Amino acid sequence: MIFPDTVIDVDRLTKTYRVADKDPGLVGTFKHFLARKTCDICAVKEVSFSIKAGEMVGFLGANGAGKTTTLKMLCGLICPTSGYVKVAGFSPKSRQSEFLRQITLVMGQKQQLIWDLPPLDSLKLNAAVYGIGPRESRYRINELADMLEIGEELTRPVRKLSLGQRMKAELLASLLHRPSVLFLDEPTLGLDVNAQAKVRAFLSEYNRRTGATVLLTSHYMADITVLCPRVLLIDQGKIFHDGQLDALVESLSPNRQVRLELNQDVSPEAFEAYGELKDCENRVVRLLIPRHQLTEAVTKLLANFDVIDLEVNDQPIDELIGTIFRAGKVK
Amino acid sequence: MRRYFDSLKIFWGTALAIQLEYQFNALVELIAMFGSLAGSIFVLSLFFSNGNQLGGWSWEAALTVQGIYTLFDGITNTFLRPNLGAIVNYVREGTLDYVLLKPVDSQFWLSVRTFSPTGLPEIFLGFFLMTWASFSAGANITVGLFFIVAFMLICGLIILYSIWFLIASTTIWFVKTWNATEVLRALLASGRFPVSVYPSSLRFIFTFILPVAFLTTVPAEVLLGNSPTSMISSSLLVAIIFFVLSRLFWLFALRHYTSASS
Repeated sequence: MIFPDTVIDVDRLTKTYRVADKDPGLVGTFKHFLARKTCDICAVKEVSFSIKAGEMVGFLGANGAGKTTTLKMLCGLICPTSGYVKVAGFSPKSRQSEFLRQITLVMGQKQQLIWDLPPLDSLKLNAAVYGIGPRESRYRINELADMLEIGEELTRPVRKLSLGQRMKAELLASLLHRPSVLFLDEPTLGLDVNAQAKVRAFLSEYNRRTGATVLLTSHYMADITVLCPRVLLIDQGKIFHDGQLDALVESLSPNRQVRLELNQDVSPEAFEAYGELKDCENRVVRLLIPRHQLTEAVTKLLANFDVIDLEVNDQPIDELIGTIFRAGKVK
Repeated sequence: MRRYFDSLKIFWGTALAIQLEYQFNALVELIAMFGSLAGSIFVLSLFFSNGNQLGGWSWEAALTVQGIYTLFDGITNTFLRPNLGAIVNYVREGTLDYVLLKPVDSQFWLSVRTFSPTGLPEIFLGFFLMTWASFSAGANITVGLFFIVAFMLICGLIILYSIWFLIASTTIWFVKTWNATEVLRALLASGRFPVSVYPSSLRFIFTFILPVAFLTTVPAEVLLGNSPTSMISSSLLVAIIFFVLSRLFWLFALRHYTSASS
């Protein structure tokens, strides 16, 4: 099927939840039981953006920022309170069969695989539900299993698989019907660095091969840096950045984090000339150094101290976002 | 349609595979199956020893009602409870999300996703008892009557299913509805006896509000020749009303679904 260029179109999308407000303790419990106090919480406020076919977009935000709520509205799982959504030419909330065949949702925290049976059984079930014939589904399973580098795990009960293997099988189950729009809600959650890298490589390959559109949320900065040139930053239900990741990182964090492991005892003051000292204990030092001074500073550090190990990376995304929120840059 | 049929085959195939995955558990299930069967027979034997008239029904006739009840109880244990009782878990654990994202009707999925062989012997026992008791009560069963009664039993099943599904749907708001389904089960147990044994107020409720009468009493009456076969249309009407209600209510409930947070 040929898509119009814009696959996801969202305009002033809003969701308010009514939640119960309960005081702690027994008295609070009784009060809550007899006269329920509720208040409306705005999870997503007038969010607007659009995503083109084949784009991979990262969706960043702290816990409770509204990422998952937005994803679920895009899938049609929850009805928006107001605003306009179109995904692949459909209005998600009516959940037409044709629409559901185009999309998939992968949630790092929940699983659709049948716990007691091998993934292959779950795959057969999905194939039947999507109306994919046995030959075709075998072909697709082999193709995806090759890309994901899983094989014999498919015939072992899901409960015996490691988290990484399980996630791969989840991805396989979610992609069997060849969706063209992928919603991924923390797909690498809890995985070790290796497994994360493999999932990332797979997603990138899948996007390259099929031209699928991907909207991804993650807590791991690396997921976003590797996969998504464009990011949406959301806080308290509002999007306050939509654009290139590089520009965002530059504006959010002009610094790089340098971690040194020393072979000598040095007083913390000695590092203050090189950058902002984050912490210093047991001969391990963490410094924040502005990007443009990085090379120079690292050269000097290596020359002046007895360094066993040196590591340069970005500040963790949560720390970054925290910084910008505290700085009050959010409108 | 074919897709639904294929899905159903896989649903039940996996359900059976899960049961057999744990060998010890399967053995316990098997023992439980015979235990439940023994329980049913015990209740029946109490009934036999008390060979008097019951609400104007001879005890063979009342036993026909008991047979139909046992049949329904078996179907409940095999199909309704494993599926409809699990809806609360889907909602609480958030796995309902995956069901709703499949291009297959969510009510279909939730209603037939699994089954438990535990109640199967009860179904056979119920069927046997119903046939035997109605013959002993002197019923003149023709092929036509047999099909009419079978159709009415299917209507009864649809009514039972719909009421249960209606109550299970409220899970979308209240998340925990165990108590509600237990109360419902207790009420439906009243179908064990002919409606006429109950006081008139209850009789009214069982006929028009919670139509338990249409599950057991009415088909038994038709089977025994005490009610005209035209009762089939009332059965069908009630079944259609309740099924449509359950369907509309489910669609209404889904609009209020907020999904469990991640």
